[in-house]
Amino acid sequence: MTVEYSRQDFQTDQEVRWCPGCGDYTILASVQNFMAEAGIAREDIVFISGIGCAARFPYYMNTYGMHSIHGRAPAIASGVAVARPDLSVWVVSGDGDAMSIGGNHLIHTLRRNVNVKILLFNNQIYGLTKGQYSPTSEVGKRTKSSPSGSIDHPFNPVSLALGAEASFVARTIDMDRPHTQEILAAAHEHRGAAFVEIYQNCNVFNDKAFAALTGREEREVNRINLTHGEKVVFGPDGSRGVVIEGGSARIVEVAEVGIDAVHVHDAHADDPAAAYALSRLSHGPFGPTPVGIFRSKERPVYEDTLQGQIHDAQARKGPGDLAALIASAGTWTVG
Amino acid sequence: MSEAPTVENVDRDTEELHAVAIRFAGDSGDGMQVAGARFTDASAIFGNDLSTFPNFPAEIRAPAGTLPGVSSFQVHIADRDILTPGDQPDVLVAMNPAALKANLADLAPAGILVINTDAFDERNLEKAGYTSNPLEDGSLDAYRVLKVPMEDLTKKAVEGSGVKGREVLRSKNFLAVGLMAWMFHRPLEPTLTWIADKFAKSPEVRAANEMAFRAGYNLGETTEMFRHTYQVPPARLPAGTYTNVTGNQALAWGLVAAAQAARLPLFYASYPITPASEILHELSRHRNFGVRTFQAEDEIAAAGAALGGAFAGHLGVTGTSGPGLALKSETISLALMTELPLVIVDVQRGGPSTGLPTKTEQSDLLMAMYGRHGEAPLPIVAVSKPSDAFECAIEAARIALKFMTPVILLSDGYIGTSAEPWLLPDLDSLPDISVPFTTEPNTPDGEYLPFLRDETTLARPWAVPGTPGLEHRLGGLEKEDGTGNVSYNPANHERMTMLREGKVAGIAADIPPAEVEGEEGARVLVVGWGSSYGAIAAGVHRVRARGRKVARVHLRHLNPFPANLGEVLGSYDRVLVPELNRGQLWRLIRAEFLVDAERFTKVQGQPFKASEIETRLMEMTE
Repeated sequence: MTVEYSRQDFQTDQEVRWCPGCGDYTILASVQNFMAEAGIAREDIVFISGIGCAARFPYYMNTYGMHSIHGRAPAIASGVAVARPDLSVWVVSGDGDAMSIGGNHLIHTLRRNVNVKILLFNNQIYGLTKGQYSPTSEVGKRTKSSPSGSIDHPFNPVSLALGAEASFVARTIDMDRPHTQEILAAAHEHRGAAFVEIYQNCNVFNDKAFAALTGREEREVNRINLTHGEKVVFGPDGSRGVVIEGGSARIVEVAEVGIDAVHVHDAHADDPAAAYALSRLSHGPFGPTPVGIFRSKERPVYEDTLQGQIHDAQARKGPGDLAALIASAGTWTVG
Repeated sequence: MSEAPTVENVDRDTEELHAVAIRFAGDSGDGMQVAGARFTDASAIFGNDLSTFPNFPAEIRAPAGTLPGVSSFQVHIADRDILTPGDQPDVLVAMNPAALKANLADLAPAGILVINTDAFDERNLEKAGYTSNPLEDGSLDAYRVLKVPMEDLTKKAVEGSGVKGREVLRSKNFLAVGLMAWMFHRPLEPTLTWIADKFAKSPEVRAANEMAFRAGYNLGETTEMFRHTYQVPPARLPAGTYTNVTGNQALAWGLVAAAQAARLPLFYASYPITPASEILHELSRHRNFGVRTFQAEDEIAAAGAALGGAFAGHLGVTGTSGPGLALKSETISLALMTELPLVIVDVQRGGPSTGLPTKTEQSDLLMAMYGRHGEAPLPIVAVSKPSDAFECAIEAARIALKFMTPVILLSDGYIGTSAEPWLLPDLDSLPDISVPFTTEPNTPDGEYLPFLRDETTLARPWAVPGTPGLEHRLGGLEKEDGTGNVSYNPANHERMTMLREGKVAGIAADIPPAEVEGEEGARVLVVGWGSSYGAIAAGVHRVRARGRKVARVHLRHLNPFPANLGEVLGSYDRVLVPELNRGQLWRLIRAEFLVDAERFTKVQGQPFKASEIETRLMEMTE
C-alpha cells in the first residue's frame, strides 16, 4: 500500500532527548524523511533497538517499535521478520550494541539473510555509559577505561559484515542527509539483510571523529564515493583512484597508472572479495574512506525460504491434521 | 490402529505376571535405546500399561566396553495402571561385562539375567574392572542366569543378508529383543514393521535385523535353555484409543495444539540442548501445520526471536534446559516488562553448570521462580508425566495469552525421554484459548494506550504491527501506567511493580484448586510436583496397602499456587515434600504458608523409586 506521508507523520509526542548537537538528530531526520518518501504504510514498519544512545530511536518514530535489551535487537527483529514477512523491519544499533555484546546476533542475522535493515550508528565511543572506548575505537585511544591508550584492535564494521556474507553492505555519514536517504532507500529496496554503517558524531565524548570525511576541506580529499559500474576515483578532479591487485586495494594517482587500471566498482558481484578489499582501505575515517554501497547482491531470504517450505509441506501433506499427528506413532484400542 | 490381542495359546510353562520390568543394558554403541523402544512399542500395542526409563551417557561415544559407556533402557509393563518404570528390573539383559557391573546391583532378588557371553573375554572383563569372570566365579548364583552367545548367534543368523564386516554384529540388539519377545509373548509384527520402515532404503540392513530378531525369538522357542516364558496380560486401561508417547513428543504436540486452540501460528525458537532438543526436532517436522521453527545461534537469540514472534502476533515459544534458561533470563525479564505472551519450556536436567546433561533433576524451580533481576514474578506450570505434557503446554499458552505474560513450563529429562501409553484426548474439546488482537483505539479520545489494562485479568491489550492507527513502542524501561511512555516517576514504578505482581497473583483465581487425593483420618500430606508424580503416587498406594493413612496432592501450578493450597496444607499434622533437588518447593511452601513442612530430597540424577517414598512414609506414619 502506498501512502502519502510527510516527515511529521513519523514524529511522536515524545521529547527527543539526545545531547544537543548529537549526530542522532540528523539521522532521525533523514530516516523520517526517507520513510515519508518511501510511502510504506506506517503500521507496517517496525523499529527494534538494543541499548545505547541510538537505541532510544524507536521512541521517536511513529511506527511500531521495541526498545529491547543490549545487543539483542537483531535476534528480536529476526523473530518479527520471520513471523511476519509482510513487515518492514529495522534495527537501530550503536557500535557497542552491535559490535560488542550483540556481535553474535549481528553476524548470524546477516548470514541467514533475514529481511531486516540494520542501521549501525558508529561513533567509535560508548556514549550512554559516558565515554569508554568501543569495539570500533582506534588503537591508542585514551578514554576513562583506557587511560594509557586502548590496546584493543578495532572492528571494521563493513569488513565484518562482508565477512558474515551480508547481501547488502553500505556506509554513509550522518551529516550528509541526501546520501543517507539514498542509502536507506537502497537498503529498503533490497530484499534480505541490509547492513548500513552510519558514521555518527558524538560531540560530547568523541567530537569530530569523522572530520576527515566531514570537514569542508578534508572531505574533498578523503571521501571515496562508491557507485556501481563506475570507476573508483576521488579527490580534486578525480585525480586519485583505487586499484585492486592480488586481492588488495590501494590508492594511486590516476595520472601515474592510467585510468584503465582503476577498479570499476561492481556492487552486484557474486564474490565479495573486491568489496572487502575496498573496505580495508580505511580502518575508521582517518584518511581516504569509501562511502556508498559496497555490496548489494540478491540471495535467498530466510523467511521467504521458510515460507516456501511451509507452502510446499502444505501442498504435499495438507494443512496439518492434529488428530492424525498424535496418532502417527501407531495406536491401539482398549475395549 | 489395531485391536489389543487377547491372550491365547498360553502353555503350562507360562507364568502369568501382573507386572515386570526389563532392562536392556549394553555399550552405548550397542543399540540399547532402540532395543528398549522396540520392546516398549510391542508391549504398548499388546495392550500393557507401561512406563520407560532411558538412561544413557552424556558422551556421544564413551570408550567401548567401559563403565562410563554403559547405556540402558528400562521398560515396566503391567496388566494394570502403573506409575513408574519400576524400582528394580526383574530381568536384566547385559550385553557386556561393563553393562553387568553397572546394573547388577539394581536387579531384583532372584531376577533373570540374560547375558551375552561372547563379550565376556579377558579384555572386556578388565575394562569393566572385573578381576575374575562373574560367569564362572559363582558371584551370579543368586540369579537365574541365561547365557547366550549373542554375537556368534547373530553372525550365523545374518548370513545371507548381505551385510559384512563390522555391520554384522550391529544386529545383535535385535537378537536380544527377539529373545525377550519370545520370553514375554510379545507380538512380532510391530517390530518387523518398524524394521521394514526404518531400513527401507538399505535392504541388507533390514534383512539382517529381521533375521537377528527372528533368530532371537526362535532361539527361545527351540532351545531348552529357557524353561519358562512369562505373560503379562493386557492392562485394564480405561476404554479408548491409545498411543505410546514420550514427554518431549507430547509437549511438542501440545504446543501445536495450543497454537490451534489460540488460532495463532506457532513460532518455536530454540538452541540445541539435551534433553530439550527433541521438541525442536519434532516441531521442525511439521511445517505443514504452519509451524515456524528457528534454530538460533544461541539461547539468548532463541528467546529474543520467540519474543519478536510474540510481538508480531504469533504464539512465541522458546525451549531449553537449565543452562539455557539462565541465558534467557534477561529476555524473559523484557517479555515480563513489555507484557508480551511468551512460553519458555525448561526440560530440567542435573546441574549446576553442565552438570548431568543426560540425567534428570527438578532443581530449576527456584530459578524459574526468582532467576531474574528486579521484581519479576511470572507464572510457572509443571508437567507431571509424559502424557501430561500435552495439556500443560496448552495451559501454559492459555495463561500467557490471557494474562499477557511470559510463562515458564517446567518438564524434565525423565519426563522428556520416557514413554507411557496416552489415552488420546478428544481434540474437539480443546479449550478455546484465543485472545482477540486489539484493532481499534481503546480510549474515548481515539487513542491507543498499550498499557490500559483489563480490570479483571490486569492484562494489557495486544495490538500487533500491521494494525493501522495503533502504532506504539514497547521497551524494557519502566513505563507509565496506561500510556506506556517511559517514566522514572518513583510512585509509578512502585505502582507498576505491584500491578505486574498482582497480575500474576490473580491467576490463582483462574486455575483449579489443588485436589487432594485423600483418605479419611490421614494426618500426613505428601506434596509433589513434576516428574516425581509416579513414584509418589505408587509409594502412597503402597503405604495405604499396608494400612497407613496418607493424603497426597500434586501441583501443576507452582506460581501462583492454587488458591486453596494454604488451607490444604494447614489441615494436616505433617507435610512431606519429596523433590529431586535440595528442597526448592519445600522452601517456597514454608515461606509462603508458614507450615513446618519436611523435605525429602534426592540429588543423584535418578528419579525417585516408589520404595523410597514408601519407606519414608512408613517412618512418618508409625
